[in-house]
Amino acid sequence: MSAVLESPAAPSLSAAKTEKFVMTSGPDFHSHPTYFRERQQAAWEKFTQLPMPARTDETWRFADVKALDLSPFHRAQELGEAERSALLFRSTGLAETSGRMVFGNDRLLAQEFHGDSLRAKGVLWLPIEQAIATQREIIEKHFMREGAILGSQKFAALHESQVRNGTFLYVPRGVEIALPVECFHWSQGEGSAIFPHTIVIAEANSKVTLVDYFGSACDEPGLSVGANDIIVGDGAKVTYVAVQQFNTKSLAFRINNTVVARDAAALALVLNLGGRYVRSEAISHLRGPGGRSDMLSISATEGTQIVDQRTLQIHEAPNTASDLLYKNSLNDQSRAIFTGLIRVEPDAHKTDAYQKVRNLLLTDEAEANSAPGLEIEADDVRCTHGATSGQVDIEELFYLLSRGIPLRSAQRLVVFGFLNEVTERLPNEAICELLRDRLHAKLG
Amino acid sequence: MSLEIKNLHARVASTGAEILRGLNLTIEKGKVHAIMGPNGSGKSTLSKVLGGHPDYEVTEGEVLLDGVNVLGMAPDERSRAGVFLAFQYPMEIPGVSNANFIRAALQARLPEGEELEATDYYARLYEKMDMLEMDRKFTARSVNEGFSGGEKKRNEILQMLMLEPKYAILDETDSGLDIDALKIVSNGVNAMRSPERGFLVITHYQRLLDYIVPDVVHVLVGGRIEHTGGKELALELEAKGYDWIKDDIAAAASA
Repeated sequence: MSAVLESPAAPSLSAAKTEKFVMTSGPDFHSHPTYFRERQQAAWEKFTQLPMPARTDETWRFADVKALDLSPFHRAQELGEAERSALLFRSTGLAETSGRMVFGNDRLLAQEFHGDSLRAKGVLWLPIEQAIATQREIIEKHFMREGAILGSQKFAALHESQVRNGTFLYVPRGVEIALPVECFHWSQGEGSAIFPHTIVIAEANSKVTLVDYFGSACDEPGLSVGANDIIVGDGAKVTYVAVQQFNTKSLAFRINNTVVARDAAALALVLNLGGRYVRSEAISHLRGPGGRSDMLSISATEGTQIVDQRTLQIHEAPNTASDLLYKNSLNDQSRAIFTGLIRVEPDAHKTDAYQKVRNLLLTDEAEANSAPGLEIEADDVRCTHGATSGQVDIEELFYLLSRGIPLRSAQRLVVFGFLNEVTERLPNEAICELLRDRLHAKLG
Repeated sequence: MSLEIKNLHARVASTGAEILRGLNLTIEKGKVHAIMGPNGSGKSTLSKVLGGHPDYEVTEGEVLLDGVNVLGMAPDERSRAGVFLAFQYPMEIPGVSNANFIRAALQARLPEGEELEATDYYARLYEKMDMLEMDRKFTARSVNEGFSGGEKKRNEILQMLMLEPKYAILDETDSGLDIDALKIVSNGVNAMRSPERGFLVITHYQRLLDYIVPDVVHVLVGGRIEHTGGKELALELEAKGYDWIKDDIAAAASA
């Protein structure tokens, strides 16, 4: 790995290239408490020491590591009054929610409570900046404790060293929040880098749904290096939805760790519509018996967009289930990369694990590389995995044409249907409707 | 006013095998024509060629819809011009709800910029579904996905009722139907019979024609109409099979 740094040709992050991120300088720098700043300092050192990913790294297989150049980016600047109001206006999602948070360039622009559900019974819903200051115990216990083990250690270290804000949601034991919580993360300005973090801690038998929206407020390239910690306690249920609509010049990383305890259930669905290069790493730890994790993703790409997804389903306890379904529709010269692993540890008997990736190639130039995998050390398990790539079925198309639907609409309808099968797995009709609307808008 | 098929020759695009060999048939508005014929005679090919399926190439002949040649039209244009094809094996379209599918088909018939009115649409859809004794759950389900054979055929007729074509071609609509479903489907078709609409009913069995009573029955053999008669011809075919027609053809050829 260290060879990368020594090689002058490699896209290493030299001190000169990264000084824009140096955390101790700059008049706008925030002031987290000392305990956290020490962590950030250590993370920064780790970031500067770790090499940039190399083409030869197994975890970056198929990826174009040249796309990872961070040198054009700098910490996002505070926005002016007009920009802030414009972003608040644009932050529209579901008709009914229990609350909304809006961030622009990692600064909190608004936090609204709709109804009393989030203020009742000890729910803590805070901007992370505030949680770091007031909830040290929880932050120390859960904030990025699982590690970025799918290749993005360097970007995880960058995130940790730079994180300023995001959403912190702590739901106490037995509390159920019926309506989703929404959080908008905007990036604005050429070369702006944001580091959004989402942390959800659902204590035993609680229930909550969180929707994150990621977007660019401008057409210039930006960088987002984000991370999630989703901690699902015994018998709790967490539904997490991310709608990623950065502009197609932007670079986006997301490292997601989900920890599922006994009889708990996590369901995550990511809709990837934007980004020039999007790298997503999703790890589900099935840590308690009876736990279940559903990992869903929809990507609709065009132009030269690249969506690069790496996943890990770790079954650490018996009687656990995980079900991954990723679907990509690839137009023009866009690409989808997937490597995934189901790992069943020695004691995790009666594991039920699925992994399915399906690519719909809409042109001859679109490309999909998928490498599903299994690593099983327990007995009596049921695991299946598979990846398929194909084109729009001629007979399906002819059927739609024979009803008078014009070719372009018919193709869109088939693509939409293909992707929509994933939203059907989400047990929330309002969110499904929102995802379908965004998909329709992207497919034209 | 008619759908006029003149000297139609068509072959399989990939192999060049000729299936239709000079087929002539005129379906007048207000009439129900039935085509019967043995397996491999070209019945399903005819419906696909009329629909414009890319697997087939027309090498000779014309198909005139009220005087306009449809062979130069794309499949979707033919549909909008008034030709409807009820499929023998309707396709499943995963992830697309039945209601949205039919809505897209109706929307495609509206002028640019005009939107289908949702309330009226659903009122009409439900009315037609009730006629076909289809449960409301079929609006939200993906097109034909997980439908039984009979449900798929009802869904074809539902689309026909909604799209109100000038000419409807029903390809083996009776296959896979039990007697109750057959009656329901036939009622749907009979409700559509009008002086403004012509039907071509393609079937292997006479049974369907007890319920959708044809005005004219044709026998298709070897890619050509070899015999034409009234509705009693269907009963004759049921009783005697197709061999006597084949024998007639052989006799005529050797004469």
